[in-house]
Amino acid sequence: MLLTVDGVEKSYKKGGMFSTKSQLVLKSISFECKDGECLGIIGESGSGKSTLGRLILGIEKPDQGKVLFDGKSVEDRNIRAGSISAVFQDYKSSINPFFTVEDAIMEPLTNSFKDDKENQFRVDTLLNQVGLTPAFKNKYPHELSGGEVQRVCIARAISIEPSCIVLDEAISSLDVSVQMQILTLLKKLKGIYNMSYIFITHDLQAAAYLCDRVIIFKEGQIEETVSIEQLKDVQSDYAKKLLQSLITF
Amino acid sequence: MNLLEVNNLKVWDVNTGKEIIVNSSFHLKQNSCLAIVGESGSGKSVTCRAIMKLNKSYLRQSGEILFKGKNIHDLSEKEMRKKRGKNLCMILQNGMSAFDPSCVIGIHLRETLAEHFNWSKKEMSGRMKSAMESVMLKNPLEIMNKYPHQLSGGMLQRIMIALAIVLEPDIIIADEPTTALDAISQYEVIEQFKKLRERLGCSMIFISHDLAVVKNIADEVLVMKDGEIVERGKTAEVFSEPQHDYTKYLVSTRQVLSNHFNRIMEGEAVVVNS
Repeated sequence: MLLTVDGVEKSYKKGGMFSTKSQLVLKSISFECKDGECLGIIGESGSGKSTLGRLILGIEKPDQGKVLFDGKSVEDRNIRAGSISAVFQDYKSSINPFFTVEDAIMEPLTNSFKDDKENQFRVDTLLNQVGLTPAFKNKYPHELSGGEVQRVCIARAISIEPSCIVLDEAISSLDVSVQMQILTLLKKLKGIYNMSYIFITHDLQAAAYLCDRVIIFKEGQIEETVSIEQLKDVQSDYAKKLLQSLITF
Repeated sequence: MNLLEVNNLKVWDVNTGKEIIVNSSFHLKQNSCLAIVGESGSGKSVTCRAIMKLNKSYLRQSGEILFKGKNIHDLSEKEMRKKRGKNLCMILQNGMSAFDPSCVIGIHLRETLAEHFNWSKKEMSGRMKSAMESVMLKNPLEIMNKYPHQLSGGMLQRIMIALAIVLEPDIIIADEPTTALDAISQYEVIEQFKKLRERLGCSMIFISHDLAVVKNIADEVLVMKDGEIVERGKTAEVFSEPQHDYTKYLVSTRQVLSNHFNRIMEGEAVVVNS
């Protein structure tokens, strides 16, 4: 089992500076993600899905419960390094504006692999893999379109050859036609690297395109876990409502 | 009779001389809904803001924009202010930045209404209350005493629709109103838009990049690419038999996603394409 989330709870402080009130964002979440599986986490805004993403990445610590990666806690930096990476929604703030595309991709590479010459070559291969050309190397993020920046972010995420990528609303702020290109790219990369994806989104149709299994999330709790083939036979009321309110083309 | 007629609209950047909208002409009939689709950067929002005369000062525009037969380029800023809201109402994408963050929603709403009507404070609250109830917002009085950051995106979007109901405008311009929302709120907001059209009988310009939403709501559609209108026509015809390569591309990418989803829902074996 690659990733195990066991009884995780998280609450945030609510109100002013001296307030003692707190809001429970995640309530006893448990699930597992297998090697090479693509797991979708679906929920509306404010349901706590991004918080869960941050806990999986080890950026924040859960109040209770454990997040285990290959049986070891993700709170340890050494467990995370080179194994988990992330792509976020806001592509504008994902790359340091003073970095060129090359710098951005080189940063994680120099941590993982020491050979500089080989890393230069790796950047070219990565850019080709995500559908860009090595000519992009000297450009700055503001010179690129949203889809292109998101491709650079994906290239950066896969550069260390992780076994798991957390995609937090990675395609939500892109045009529908560009979303499709990124989804196809993610599918292709999965074939090459055999990674697991944790695909956090509110778009059920996109999740259905990419994922093997989806977790439907509501108000910090898991409503239902269902494999994509059985999506039409969902049991809970909320999941049924979600399916009904889809606007299909 | 065309409510709004746009002839040879051209918008360009004074600093760089770059043309953002090359030469666009279209018209909006009474009681119809016109959708403008295209990818980001195609000039959809600039077209709308040109109609409202709300573009940044470094963007200049030429051509004719006739609202009820009167060219809005001839209007002074003061006359234009009277038109905005009462005649041309705009619903924006991001509710968080559309409302004044420094005061509660109710103050902002009353300010807008006081600009156009001579109503008492009580009458304004009463009308807003019934409008907000009609867009499925519970406890309207409580909401009016909250700040924008205390409400969700879907709620703010519905408050803007409620305001439009009270203002009863001739044309509603909705600029990507559902893009920032999740699936369930998106569905609810679209339902409210449909009801809004039935109730007020007003015309609507609907901007979106999501073809599924457009197909659901619009009568006619314009497809824009790089500041030019590449295709126009009835929504059903454009989407079933697209003529221009760009429209074909937009429709086909959307279809891949939907077809895959529909296959799953029908329970057929999912084709694994790697």
